[in-house]
Amino acid sequence: MDIVVKNLSKSFDGNTVFSNFSISFKSPGVTCVMGPSGCGKTTLLNILIGFIQKDSGEISDIPAKKSAVFQEDRLCESFNAVSNVRLVCKKNISNDEIRQNLGEIGLSESLDRPVSELSGGMRRRVAIVRAVLADADIIFMDEPFKGLDDTTKAGVIEYVLCKTRGKTVIIVTHSMDEARALGGDIISFPEGD
Amino acid sequence: MKNKSVIEKIIAVLFALAVWQILAMAIGESLILVTPITVVRRLCSLIFEIDFISSVAFSFVRIVSGFIIALIFGSVLAIFAGRFRAIDTLLWPFMTAIKTIPVASFIILCLIWLSSKNLSIFISFLMVLPIVYTNMLSGIRNTDKKLLEMTSLFRVGFFRKLKYVYLPQIYPYLISALSVSIGLSWKAGVAAEVIGIPSGSIGEKLYEAKIYLSSGDLFAWTVVIVLISILFEKLFLFLMRQLFGRMVKS
Repeated sequence: MDIVVKNLSKSFDGNTVFSNFSISFKSPGVTCVMGPSGCGKTTLLNILIGFIQKDSGEISDIPAKKSAVFQEDRLCESFNAVSNVRLVCKKNISNDEIRQNLGEIGLSESLDRPVSELSGGMRRRVAIVRAVLADADIIFMDEPFKGLDDTTKAGVIEYVLCKTRGKTVIIVTHSMDEARALGGDIISFPEGD
Repeated sequence: MKNKSVIEKIIAVLFALAVWQILAMAIGESLILVTPITVVRRLCSLIFEIDFISSVAFSFVRIVSGFIIALIFGSVLAIFAGRFRAIDTLLWPFMTAIKTIPVASFIILCLIWLSSKNLSIFISFLMVLPIVYTNMLSGIRNTDKKLLEMTSLFRVGFFRKLKYVYLPQIYPYLISALSVSIGLSWKAGVAAEVIGIPSGSIGEKLYEAKIYLSSGDLFAWTVVIVLISILFEKLFLFLMRQLFGRMVKS
Protein backbone atom coordinates (compact mmCIF):
# COMPACT_ATOMS: atom_id res chain seq x y z
CA MET A 1 0.00 0.00 0.00
CA ASP A 2 1.36 3.41 -0.94
CA ILE A 3 2.47 5.90 1.66
CA VAL A 4 0.23 8.92 1.48
CA VAL A 5 1.07 12.34 2.85
CA LYS A 6 -1.99 14.58 2.99
CA ASN A 7 -2.19 18.32 3.72
CA LEU A 8 1.16 18.40 5.50
CA SER A 9 2.12 21.71 7.05
CA LYS A 10 5.35 22.57 8.78
CA SER A 11 7.04 25.82 9.64
CA PHE A 12 10.10 26.79 11.67
CA ASP A 13 10.00 30.09 13.56
CA GLY A 14 7.39 31.49 11.21
CA ASN A 15 9.15 30.28 8.04
CA THR A 16 6.79 27.96 6.21
CA VAL A 17 8.41 24.87 4.73
CA PHE A 18 5.18 23.06 3.80
CA SER A 19 1.65 24.32 3.62
CA ASN A 20 -1.08 21.77 2.87
CA PHE A 21 1.47 19.68 1.01
CA SER A 22 0.31 16.31 -0.36
CA ILE A 23 2.33 13.55 -1.95
CA SER A 24 2.37 9.76 -2.19
CA PHE A 25 5.22 7.25 -2.35
CA LYS A 26 5.06 3.86 -4.04
CA SER A 27 5.30 1.06 -1.50
CA PRO A 28 7.11 -1.19 -2.05
CA GLY A 29 9.32 0.53 -4.59
CA VAL A 30 11.94 3.20 -5.09
CA THR A 31 11.02 6.88 -5.13
CA CYS A 32 13.56 9.62 -5.77
CA VAL A 33 12.79 13.04 -4.35
CA MET A 34 14.54 15.81 -6.23
CA GLY A 35 14.65 19.54 -5.82
CA PRO A 36 16.91 22.51 -5.16
CA SER A 37 18.70 22.99 -1.85
CA GLY A 38 16.54 24.37 0.92
CA CYS A 39 13.21 23.33 -0.60
CA GLY A 40 12.43 21.01 2.34
CA LYS A 41 13.45 17.56 1.07
CA THR A 42 15.40 16.70 4.22
CA THR A 43 12.63 18.16 6.40
CA LEU A 44 10.11 15.90 4.66
CA LEU A 45 12.39 12.90 5.21
CA ASN A 46 12.81 13.79 8.89
CA ILE A 47 9.04 14.11 9.30
CA LEU A 48 8.52 10.71 7.66
CA ILE A 49 11.22 9.18 9.87
CA GLY A 50 9.66 10.79 12.94
CA PHE A 51 12.57 13.02 13.98
CA ILE A 52 10.55 16.18 13.33
CA GLN A 53 6.91 16.67 14.35
CA LYS A 54 4.55 17.97 11.67
CA ASP A 55 2.36 20.98 12.48
CA SER A 56 -0.66 19.39 10.80
CA GLY A 57 -1.61 16.87 8.14
CA GLU A 58 -1.76 13.12 7.83
CA ILE A 59 0.78 10.48 6.93
CA SER A 60 -0.71 7.04 6.35
CA ASP A 61 0.62 3.51 6.02
CA ILE A 62 4.21 4.22 6.89
CA PRO A 63 5.95 0.98 7.98
CA ALA A 64 7.07 0.84 11.60
CA LYS A 65 10.47 -0.67 10.91
CA LYS A 66 12.54 2.16 9.46
CA SER A 67 16.12 2.53 8.41
CA ALA A 68 18.08 5.46 7.01
CA VAL A 69 21.20 6.85 5.43
CA PHE A 70 21.38 10.27 7.04
CA GLN A 71 22.71 13.44 5.51
CA GLU A 72 25.66 13.02 7.89
CA ASP A 73 27.05 9.51 8.20
CA ARG A 74 26.25 9.15 11.92
CA LEU A 75 28.76 6.35 12.46
CA CYS A 76 30.32 5.29 15.75
CA GLU A 77 33.79 6.69 15.19
CA SER A 78 35.98 4.40 17.28
CA PHE A 79 34.43 1.22 15.90
CA ASN A 80 35.25 -0.43 12.60
CA ALA A 81 32.94 -0.81 9.62
CA VAL A 82 31.77 -4.31 10.57
CA SER A 83 30.87 -3.25 14.12
CA ASN A 84 29.00 -0.20 12.86
CA VAL A 85 26.84 -2.42 10.69
CA ARG A 86 26.60 -5.12 13.39
CA LEU A 87 25.12 -2.50 15.75
CA VAL A 88 21.86 -2.35 13.81
CA CYS A 89 21.61 -5.90 12.47
CA LYS A 90 19.53 -8.75 13.78
CA LYS A 91 21.39 -11.72 15.23
CA ASN A 92 20.64 -13.90 12.20
CA ILE A 93 22.99 -11.78 10.08
CA SER A 94 26.51 -13.09 10.63
CA ASN A 95 29.70 -11.06 10.69
CA ASP A 96 30.79 -12.92 7.54
CA GLU A 97 27.64 -11.73 5.81
CA ILE A 98 28.34 -8.17 6.89
CA ARG A 99 31.93 -8.45 5.67
CA GLN A 100 30.70 -9.83 2.36
CA ASN A 101 28.25 -6.94 1.93
CA LEU A 102 30.91 -4.36 2.73
CA GLY A 103 33.22 -6.13 0.30
CA GLU A 104 30.60 -5.95 -2.44
CA ILE A 105 30.88 -2.17 -2.51
CA GLY A 106 34.66 -2.07 -2.37
CA LEU A 107 35.39 -1.91 1.36
CA SER A 108 37.04 -5.30 1.82
CA GLU A 109 40.43 -3.68 2.51
CA SER A 110 39.07 -1.38 5.21
CA LEU A 111 36.85 -3.65 7.28
CA ASP A 112 38.92 -3.61 10.47
CA ARG A 113 39.94 0.03 10.58
CA PRO A 114 38.04 2.45 12.83
CA VAL A 115 35.63 4.39 10.63
CA SER A 116 37.24 7.62 11.84
CA GLU A 117 40.21 6.64 9.67
CA LEU A 118 38.15 6.08 6.52
CA SER A 119 37.64 8.58 3.70
CA GLY A 120 34.31 10.37 3.22
CA GLY A 121 33.29 8.05 0.40
CA MET A 122 34.15 4.93 2.40
CA ARG A 123 32.19 6.15 5.41
CA ARG A 124 29.22 6.84 3.14
CA ARG A 125 29.31 3.27 1.88
CA VAL A 126 29.44 1.92 5.45
CA ALA A 127 26.33 4.01 6.22
CA ILE A 128 24.61 2.59 3.12
CA VAL A 129 25.38 -1.05 4.05
CA ARG A 130 24.17 -0.35 7.60
CA ALA A 131 20.86 1.03 6.30
CA VAL A 132 20.38 -1.80 3.84
CA LEU A 133 21.15 -4.65 6.26
CA ALA A 134 19.10 -3.23 9.13
CA ASP A 135 15.83 -4.96 9.92
CA ALA A 136 13.50 -2.49 8.15
CA ASP A 137 10.62 -2.30 5.71
CA ILE A 138 11.29 1.25 4.62
CA ILE A 139 14.65 2.88 3.97
CA PHE A 140 15.17 6.63 3.78
CA MET A 141 18.31 7.87 2.06
CA ASP A 142 19.37 11.50 2.15
CA GLU A 143 21.88 12.08 -0.65
CA PRO A 144 23.38 8.63 -0.11
CA PHE A 145 25.86 8.78 -3.01
CA LYS A 146 27.41 12.10 -1.99
CA GLY A 147 31.20 11.93 -2.20
CA LEU A 148 31.36 8.81 -4.39
CA ASP A 149 33.14 8.83 -7.74
CA ASP A 150 31.13 7.79 -10.81
CA THR A 151 32.50 4.24 -11.04
CA THR A 152 31.97 3.52 -7.35
CA LYS A 153 28.55 5.18 -7.47
CA ALA A 154 27.36 2.86 -10.25
CA GLY A 155 28.38 -0.18 -8.21
CA VAL A 156 26.75 1.16 -5.05
CA ILE A 157 23.48 1.97 -6.86
CA GLU A 158 23.42 -1.57 -8.23
CA TYR A 159 24.07 -2.92 -4.72
CA VAL A 160 21.26 -0.79 -3.21
CA LEU A 161 18.74 -1.85 -5.86
CA CYS A 162 19.65 -5.50 -5.42
CA LYS A 163 19.46 -5.48 -1.62
CA THR A 164 16.32 -3.39 -1.22
CA ARG A 165 14.11 -5.37 -3.58
CA GLY A 166 10.63 -5.69 -2.08
CA LYS A 167 11.16 -2.80 0.33
CA THR A 168 10.11 0.82 0.21
CA VAL A 169 13.01 3.17 -0.52
CA ILE A 170 12.77 6.96 -0.51
CA ILE A 171 15.90 8.66 -1.76
CA VAL A 172 16.65 12.37 -1.73
CA THR A 173 19.07 13.36 -4.47
CA HIS A 174 20.17 16.40 -6.47
CA SER A 175 21.30 14.36 -9.44
CA MET A 176 18.98 13.40 -12.27
CA ASP A 177 21.58 10.81 -13.39
CA GLU A 178 21.35 9.10 -10.00
CA ALA A 179 17.53 9.21 -10.10
CA ARG A 180 17.49 7.66 -13.58
CA ALA A 181 19.97 4.98 -12.57
CA LEU A 182 17.81 4.09 -9.57
CA GLY A 183 14.69 3.79 -11.72
CA GLY A 184 11.32 3.99 -9.96
CA ASP A 185 9.32 7.16 -9.44
CA ILE A 186 10.87 10.60 -9.52
CA ILE A 187 9.21 13.39 -7.61
CA SER A 188 10.46 16.83 -8.47
CA PHE A 189 9.85 18.68 -5.26
CA PRO A 190 8.45 22.13 -6.19
CA GLU A 191 5.99 20.43 -8.55
CA GLY A 192 4.73 18.19 -5.82
CA ASP A 193 3.89 21.16 -3.61
CA MET B 1 60.56 14.44 22.64
CA LYS B 2 59.17 12.29 25.47
CA ASN B 3 62.72 11.52 26.68
CA LYS B 4 63.50 15.23 26.68
CA SER B 5 60.45 15.92 28.81
CA VAL B 6 61.44 13.17 31.28
CA ILE B 7 65.00 14.54 31.53
CA GLU B 8 63.62 18.05 32.12
CA LYS B 9 61.40 16.73 34.91
CA ILE B 10 64.28 14.85 36.54
CA ILE B 11 66.38 18.03 36.44
CA ALA B 12 63.50 20.00 38.00
CA VAL B 13 63.13 17.44 40.81
CA LEU B 14 66.90 17.41 41.48
CA PHE B 15 66.86 21.22 41.56
CA ALA B 16 63.96 21.22 44.07
CA LEU B 17 65.79 18.68 46.25
CA ALA B 18 68.95 20.80 46.10
CA VAL B 19 67.00 23.92 47.14
CA TRP B 20 65.43 21.96 50.00
CA GLN B 21 68.83 20.62 51.14
CA ILE B 22 70.43 24.09 51.03
CA LEU B 23 67.50 25.65 52.93
CA ALA B 24 67.56 22.92 55.60
CA MET B 25 71.33 23.31 56.00
CA ALA B 26 70.99 27.09 56.18
CA ILE B 27 68.32 26.85 58.90
CA GLY B 28 70.37 24.18 60.65
CA GLU B 29 67.50 23.01 62.82
CA SER B 30 66.02 19.61 61.92
CA LEU B 31 62.92 20.29 63.99
CA ILE B 32 61.94 23.14 61.65
CA LEU B 33 63.14 21.72 58.35
CA VAL B 34 64.68 18.31 57.99
CA THR B 35 67.09 17.62 55.10
CA PRO B 36 66.02 15.36 52.21
CA ILE B 37 68.87 13.00 53.01
CA THR B 38 67.52 12.54 56.55
CA VAL B 39 64.06 11.91 55.12
CA VAL B 40 65.41 9.24 52.77
CA ARG B 41 67.25 7.60 55.68
CA ARG B 42 64.12 7.67 57.82
CA LEU B 43 62.07 6.32 54.93
CA CYS B 44 64.48 3.41 54.51
CA SER B 45 64.18 2.49 58.16
CA LEU B 46 60.42 3.11 58.19
CA ILE B 47 59.59 0.52 55.55
CA PHE B 48 61.19 -2.21 57.67
CA GLU B 49 59.18 -1.36 60.77
CA ILE B 50 56.61 -3.97 61.84
CA ASP B 51 53.52 -1.78 61.50
CA PHE B 52 54.49 -0.06 58.24
CA ILE B 53 52.63 -2.45 55.94
CA SER B 54 49.62 -2.68 58.26
CA SER B 55 49.35 1.12 58.49
CA VAL B 56 49.61 1.52 54.74
CA ALA B 57 47.08 -1.30 54.19
CA PHE B 58 44.68 0.20 56.75
CA SER B 59 44.61 3.59 55.03
CA PHE B 60 44.81 2.19 51.50
CA VAL B 61 41.82 -0.12 51.90
CA ARG B 62 39.64 2.59 53.41
CA ILE B 63 40.57 5.48 51.14
CA VAL B 64 40.40 3.37 47.98
CA SER B 65 37.07 1.86 49.12
CA GLY B 66 35.62 5.35 49.55
CA PHE B 67 36.96 6.32 46.14
CA ILE B 68 35.50 3.26 44.38
CA ILE B 69 32.12 3.58 46.11
CA ALA B 70 32.01 7.23 44.98
CA LEU B 71 32.96 6.21 41.45
CA ILE B 72 30.11 3.72 41.25
CA PHE B 73 27.56 5.83 43.11
CA GLY B 74 28.47 9.03 41.23
CA SER B 75 28.22 7.24 37.89
CA VAL B 76 24.81 5.77 38.70
CA LEU B 77 23.51 9.13 39.93
CA ALA B 78 24.83 10.83 36.78
CA ILE B 79 23.06 8.26 34.57
CA PHE B 80 19.75 8.92 36.35
CA ALA B 81 20.31 12.69 36.36
CA GLY B 82 21.10 12.56 32.65
CA ARG B 83 17.84 10.74 32.04
CA PHE B 84 15.66 12.71 34.49
CA ARG B 85 16.50 16.39 34.85
CA ALA B 86 14.55 16.58 38.12
CA ILE B 87 17.13 14.33 39.78
CA ASP B 88 19.92 16.70 38.77
CA THR B 89 17.93 19.60 40.21
CA LEU B 90 17.27 17.73 43.46
CA LEU B 91 20.92 16.74 43.80
CA TRP B 92 22.24 20.21 43.01
CA PRO B 93 22.17 21.58 46.62
CA PHE B 94 23.92 18.46 47.94
CA MET B 95 26.63 18.49 45.31
CA THR B 96 27.19 22.24 45.68
CA ALA B 97 27.40 21.89 49.47
CA ILE B 98 29.91 19.05 49.25
CA LYS B 99 32.01 21.02 46.76
CA THR B 100 32.08 24.24 48.76
CA ILE B 101 32.13 23.20 52.44
CA PRO B 102 35.71 22.83 53.76
CA VAL B 103 36.78 19.22 54.15
CA ALA B 104 37.77 19.87 57.80
CA SER B 105 34.17 20.85 58.62
CA PHE B 106 32.93 17.59 57.12
CA ILE B 107 35.53 15.58 59.03
CA ILE B 108 34.59 17.07 62.38
CA LEU B 109 30.88 16.75 61.65
CA CYS B 110 31.23 13.15 60.50
CA LEU B 111 33.22 12.24 63.62
CA ILE B 112 29.96 12.75 65.51
CA TRP B 113 28.17 10.27 63.25
CA LEU B 114 30.82 7.69 62.43
CA SER B 115 33.61 5.81 64.16
CA SER B 116 37.02 7.30 63.44
CA LYS B 117 38.02 3.92 61.98
CA ASN B 118 35.68 4.31 59.02
CA LEU B 119 35.80 8.08 58.73
CA SER B 120 38.32 8.09 55.87
CA ILE B 121 36.01 5.88 53.75
CA PHE B 122 33.21 8.40 54.03
CA ILE B 123 35.39 11.50 53.58
CA SER B 124 37.14 10.02 50.55
CA PHE B 125 33.71 9.08 49.15
CA LEU B 126 32.35 12.54 49.81
CA MET B 127 35.19 14.38 48.10
CA VAL B 128 35.19 12.18 45.01
CA LEU B 129 31.40 11.94 44.54
CA PRO B 130 30.70 15.44 43.12
CA ILE B 131 33.69 15.27 40.76
CA VAL B 132 32.63 11.93 39.29
CA TYR B 133 28.97 12.97 39.20
CA THR B 134 29.62 16.33 37.51
CA ASN B 135 32.03 14.97 34.91
CA MET B 136 29.94 11.93 34.08
CA LEU B 137 26.84 14.08 33.75
CA SER B 138 28.69 16.44 31.38
CA GLY B 139 29.73 13.43 29.32
CA ILE B 140 26.18 12.12 29.18
CA ARG B 141 24.74 15.55 28.33
CA ASN B 142 27.31 16.07 25.58
CA THR B 143 26.54 12.73 23.95
CA ASP B 144 26.01 13.22 20.23
CA LYS B 145 22.25 13.70 19.78
CA LYS B 146 22.42 12.61 16.16
CA LEU B 147 23.94 9.28 17.16
CA LEU B 148 21.17 8.83 19.71
CA GLU B 149 18.60 9.55 17.00
CA MET B 150 20.31 6.98 14.82
CA THR B 151 20.18 4.31 17.54
CA SER B 152 16.54 5.06 18.28
CA LEU B 153 15.61 4.78 14.59
CA PHE B 154 17.40 1.44 14.30
CA ARG B 155 15.85 0.29 17.62
CA VAL B 156 19.25 -0.42 19.17
CA GLY B 157 18.99 -1.94 22.66
CA PHE B 158 20.24 -0.26 25.83
CA PHE B 159 23.45 -2.24 26.30
CA ARG B 160 24.54 -1.83 22.69
CA LYS B 161 23.74 1.88 22.91
CA LEU B 162 25.82 2.05 26.07
CA LYS B 163 28.79 0.36 24.40
CA TYR B 164 28.66 2.07 21.01
CA VAL B 165 27.43 5.57 21.86
CA TYR B 166 27.63 6.46 25.55
CA LEU B 167 30.91 4.86 26.65
CA PRO B 168 33.07 6.41 23.90
CA GLN B 169 31.54 9.82 24.68
CA ILE B 170 31.84 9.52 28.47
CA TYR B 171 35.35 8.04 28.44
CA PRO B 172 37.38 11.32 28.29
CA TYR B 173 35.17 12.90 30.97
CA LEU B 174 35.58 9.90 33.25
CA ILE B 175 39.37 9.76 32.83
CA SER B 176 39.56 13.48 33.60
CA ALA B 177 37.41 12.98 36.73
CA LEU B 178 39.58 10.08 37.90
CA SER B 179 42.83 11.99 37.36
CA VAL B 180 41.58 14.78 39.61
CA SER B 181 39.80 12.72 42.22
CA ILE B 182 42.33 10.00 43.05
CA GLY B 183 44.82 12.51 44.49
CA LEU B 184 42.01 14.36 46.24
CA SER B 185 40.70 11.18 47.85
CA TRP B 186 44.13 10.56 49.40
CA LYS B 187 44.49 14.14 50.62
CA ALA B 188 41.02 14.17 52.17
CA GLY B 189 41.23 10.59 53.49
CA VAL B 190 44.55 11.19 55.28
CA ALA B 191 43.27 14.52 56.63
CA ALA B 192 40.30 12.61 58.09
CA GLU B 193 42.69 10.13 59.71
CA VAL B 194 44.85 12.88 61.20
CA ILE B 195 41.79 14.45 62.82
CA GLY B 196 40.02 11.19 63.72
CA ILE B 197 43.27 9.39 64.69
CA PRO B 198 42.09 5.82 64.06
CA SER B 199 44.53 3.33 65.52
CA GLY B 200 46.94 1.78 63.01
CA SER B 201 46.46 4.31 60.22
CA ILE B 202 48.88 6.53 58.31
CA GLY B 203 47.00 9.49 59.76
CA GLU B 204 47.83 8.30 63.26
CA LYS B 205 51.53 8.16 62.30
CA LEU B 206 51.37 11.73 61.03
CA TYR B 207 49.63 12.80 64.23
CA GLU B 208 52.30 11.10 66.35
CA ALA B 209 55.00 12.82 64.29
CA LYS B 210 53.39 16.14 65.18
CA ILE B 211 53.05 15.26 68.90
CA TYR B 212 56.67 14.08 69.17
CA LEU B 213 57.93 16.94 66.97
CA SER B 214 59.50 14.42 64.63
CA SER B 215 59.94 16.23 61.31
CA GLY B 216 61.76 13.24 59.82
CA ASP B 217 58.78 10.97 60.43
CA LEU B 218 56.35 13.59 59.16
CA PHE B 219 58.25 14.04 55.90
CA ALA B 220 58.88 10.29 55.47
CA TRP B 221 55.19 9.41 55.92
CA THR B 222 54.25 12.25 53.58
CA VAL B 223 56.55 10.80 50.94
CA VAL B 224 54.89 7.41 51.49
CA ILE B 225 51.41 8.92 50.98
CA VAL B 226 52.51 10.77 47.83
CA LEU B 227 54.13 7.64 46.38
CA ILE B 228 51.12 5.41 47.11
CA SER B 229 48.74 8.01 45.72
CA ILE B 230 50.75 8.41 42.50
CA LEU B 231 51.24 4.65 42.06
CA PHE B 232 47.55 3.98 42.64
CA GLU B 233 46.57 6.76 40.22
CA LYS B 234 48.88 5.43 37.48
CA LEU B 235 47.73 1.83 37.99
CA PHE B 236 44.04 2.66 38.17
CA LEU B 237 44.12 4.94 35.12
CA PHE B 238 46.09 2.29 33.21
CA LEU B 239 43.49 -0.36 34.05
CA MET B 240 40.60 1.95 33.17
CA ARG B 241 42.22 2.86 29.83
CA GLN B 242 42.74 -0.82 29.06
CA LEU B 243 39.17 -1.69 30.03
CA PHE B 244 37.58 1.19 28.14
CA GLY B 245 39.97 0.75 25.21
CA ARG B 246 38.70 -2.79 24.78
CA MET B 247 35.08 -1.81 25.24
CA VAL B 248 34.97 1.18 22.90
CA LYS B 249 37.04 -0.35 20.11
CA SER B 250 36.20 -3.33 18.03
